[in-house]
Amino acid sequence: MTPMAALLARDLRLASRRPAEALLPVVFFVVAASLFPLGVGPEEATLRQIAPGIVWVCALLSSLLSLGTMYAGDYSDGSLEQMLISRMSSVELAVAKCLAHWLMSGVPLIVVSPLLGLLFGLSWESIGMMAFGLLLGTPVLSMMGSMGAALTLGLRNSSVLILLIVLPLCVPVLIFGAGAVSAAEVGLSPSGHFYLLGAMLLLTSVGAPVATAAALRISV
Amino acid sequence: MAEELTFNNGQGACMRAHDLTVHRGSETLFKALSFELQAGQLIWLRGSNGSGKTSLLRVIAGLSQPDGGQIRWGMQPLAGCEEYESRRVYIGHANALKDDLTALEALQFLTTVHGRNHGKASIESALRHMGVFHRRKLPIRMLSQGQRRRVALARLVLEKNAGFWVLDEPFDALDDAGSLLVQQLFKTNVERGGTVLFTSHIPFDGAGLLVRELALHGTRGA
Repeated sequence: MTPMAALLARDLRLASRRPAEALLPVVFFVVAASLFPLGVGPEEATLRQIAPGIVWVCALLSSLLSLGTMYAGDYSDGSLEQMLISRMSSVELAVAKCLAHWLMSGVPLIVVSPLLGLLFGLSWESIGMMAFGLLLGTPVLSMMGSMGAALTLGLRNSSVLILLIVLPLCVPVLIFGAGAVSAAEVGLSPSGHFYLLGAMLLLTSVGAPVATAAALRISV
Repeated sequence: MAEELTFNNGQGACMRAHDLTVHRGSETLFKALSFELQAGQLIWLRGSNGSGKTSLLRVIAGLSQPDGGQIRWGMQPLAGCEEYESRRVYIGHANALKDDLTALEALQFLTTVHGRNHGKASIESALRHMGVFHRRKLPIRMLSQGQRRRVALARLVLEKNAGFWVLDEPFDALDDAGSLLVQQLFKTNVERGGTVLFTSHIPFDGAGLLVRELALHGTRGA
């Protein structure tokens, strides 16, 4: 087993040992999003209109929820030190951590998003668009978040700082992710939004792990 | 005791530090520190609390860069030196064991990320050697501090080549029997031409080996 695969397997195993903690982001996602119909009122047209934005904001917040613990645990028990001088480069370390974070907090969101789509009365086509947008967008959120988590490692109040660093960076994902569904809802082609989401995914895939690696080297 | 001044590969590789300076915040921990470490040496790094022992070990382990001076392995800079990285074993003050993993899984993970692909059988025998075999299937959080230290140090049992060991307080939390086991491991490594650099706040008699001392004198109050 390569060191990267070992790290990924370890993170997934750790999550499986604490299922309640691992399910927290997806539960938050569903609960938070389902509060809106109760608060806004059951008017179908309004709900359909605001649904994409709500789902994306909740996805963004729920993926930020688990960022605080992304590197903090490994930092405090010395695992991070060991991994930084291990046989994997710090970029590989960042990639494995992002992948694990996405598998645990991004993928469940994509899986349950159709449920929320139904709740808001979206058409099946829009639900498909929303899931596809989340598929492109949630890895970006994980990688941006990993950068913030690495930068704030070892600081007090780091969870608030992470939000301040990461939220502005995630705004484009939010705009184009929600825009794709809104476009589909009014009968326009969402492909332009998807191209931009795809471009952001490529850009962060290239940049974020390198930035995370540099931040980890500074913090440890 | 005969001194072996070169590594087994005959290239005379050893660690040379020249004029090292390390700061922590605005404070200078030490400056103009030069030393040479050679194969087959057992070195006890001494110094009062806060004199920078851990910081020096972290620099030697490659975790941080010195603020001044150079540190070389043979003729090469330490950073990116393949040979050094294959020999180095760093065990810090923290055990690097995850609470929710079993002792077996935690040790297996650590050896895998360091590129040592040991089978389950050899991991188990290392745990047996350290006297924690009966605890191998328990999560780390159920283990006592001393048992956790034993699991972390079991990595040393798995090392089969002359290694460069950098150990921060290895005897911490260990009982007498545990300390003896670790001293035996030191002896094995030193006798096969490896180097052991460690800190310890408890008196250390050397287990029949020649112990060299590297002393750090804090710059404060001196």
